Amino acid sequence: MTASIALIFFYAPVDADGLNQKIFYFHVPIALTSYACFGWGAVKAFQHLWKRRPGADLESYVAIHQGVIFGALTLVTGSIWARVRWGHWWTWGDEQLVLFLVLFLFYCAYFMLRYSVDPGPQRANLCAVYALFGVVLIPISFLAIRLANSYIHPTVFTSDGPQMATSQLATFCVAWAAILSLAYFLYRFELAGKRLDADLKELRELLA
Amino acid sequence: MRRYAADVAVLARKDLTLELRARDTLPAMLLFVVSTLVVFHFALPKDSSDLAAKGLLWVAIVFTALVGLTRAFVAEREQGLIDGLLLAPCDRSAIWLAKSASVLAFLGLAELVALPAYAAFFSGIGWSTILAVLLADIGMVTVGTLLAAVAAVSRTRELILPLLFLPLAIPVVIGGVGASVVDDSGRYLGFLCLYDAVFAIISWASFEYVVTE
Repeated sequence: MTASIALIFFYAPVDADGLNQKIFYFHVPIALTSYACFGWGAVKAFQHLWKRRPGADLESYVAIHQGVIFGALTLVTGSIWARVRWGHWWTWGDEQLVLFLVLFLFYCAYFMLRYSVDPGPQRANLCAVYALFGVVLIPISFLAIRLANSYIHPTVFTSDGPQMATSQLATFCVAWAAILSLAYFLYRFELAGKRLDADLKELRELLA
Repeated sequence: MRRYAADVAVLARKDLTLELRARDTLPAMLLFVVSTLVVFHFALPKDSSDLAAKGLLWVAIVFTALVGLTRAFVAEREQGLIDGLLLAPCDRSAIWLAKSASVLAFLGLAELVALPAYAAFFSGIGWSTILAVLLADIGMVTVGTLLAAVAAVSRTRELILPLLFLPLAIPVVIGGVGASVVDDSGRYLGFLCLYDAVFAIISWASFEYVVTE
């Protein structure tokens, strides 16, 4: 983490945008990490449905919870970036940002669903099915938003901006690794907490 | 395979018969879609373009589908019908397919009224719009029926269905609006076909997990 911050601020070259561009090293890794969390949640959901692995439901939930947290951070950093770069807090032209908004709404509904069903095997099934829908929705929405841009904005977005210099790429990779390990750490941490909770509850029921 | 089709036909006929006797869903959908169009007429300022009205047509369609889907599993839930259906010796996904077919029929009938009404109130519609509506219906109904079954289990029921459904309906709206406002609508229709296929397969495969423990 520290190494990544140091690299971001002292090693990576300042490009035409000036210091603003530094948020790139936070925004993009956070977004990719968020995808990774959603993907991991779907993998766990699949394991739950297919192999009936006990505990997979909880792991899927925790992964999606992390994904939503990082997704919210993506929206915030993305709109800050949009503000300094284009002068608006929100731009519908940025495909990634719109996609994140859709996913964010989708996964917020996941929590609504989870907390409106009584705990039990059926809730685990419902949540797992919904999580699988989410991972299918990601590419479909991406495609849809790209299609939508062609009738909302006539200009075509094909290039991904200038190619990155090696030093930028290296910094980017380190930053991504840092954010990913942060997410993993948080995931383990929350999972441990939830498991402890479940154990305590079981213990209390045994004692009562 | 033939047995499966026969199961689906019987189950779908059950839904249609229930609707014929009770007449709960279809009149509600018809009334809803026409009143929505009237509301939209007053929501649009006087000189706004036809394109804006096309967008609102899609809003009306999505919400009408939502009205139909909200009612889809009411009998199953309130009369405990779902337990009987699960005991029946048929594949569980047949329940989903039959329910989708009946909701699709209701939605199609509602649109038979809605599209001419739209053409009369606002502006004419082309073949690409009609085709897009048809494809979008299939997509919305397949996903929506599964989600309606999910919502029927939860405590909040009618409240949660729109929350679950709308994010998934965004790609449908994009495809539909795109097909209605752009001249070469092929890409958008293709996208709707892709959406239908992908979500039909995943809903078909996962319905069993939704209704069982």
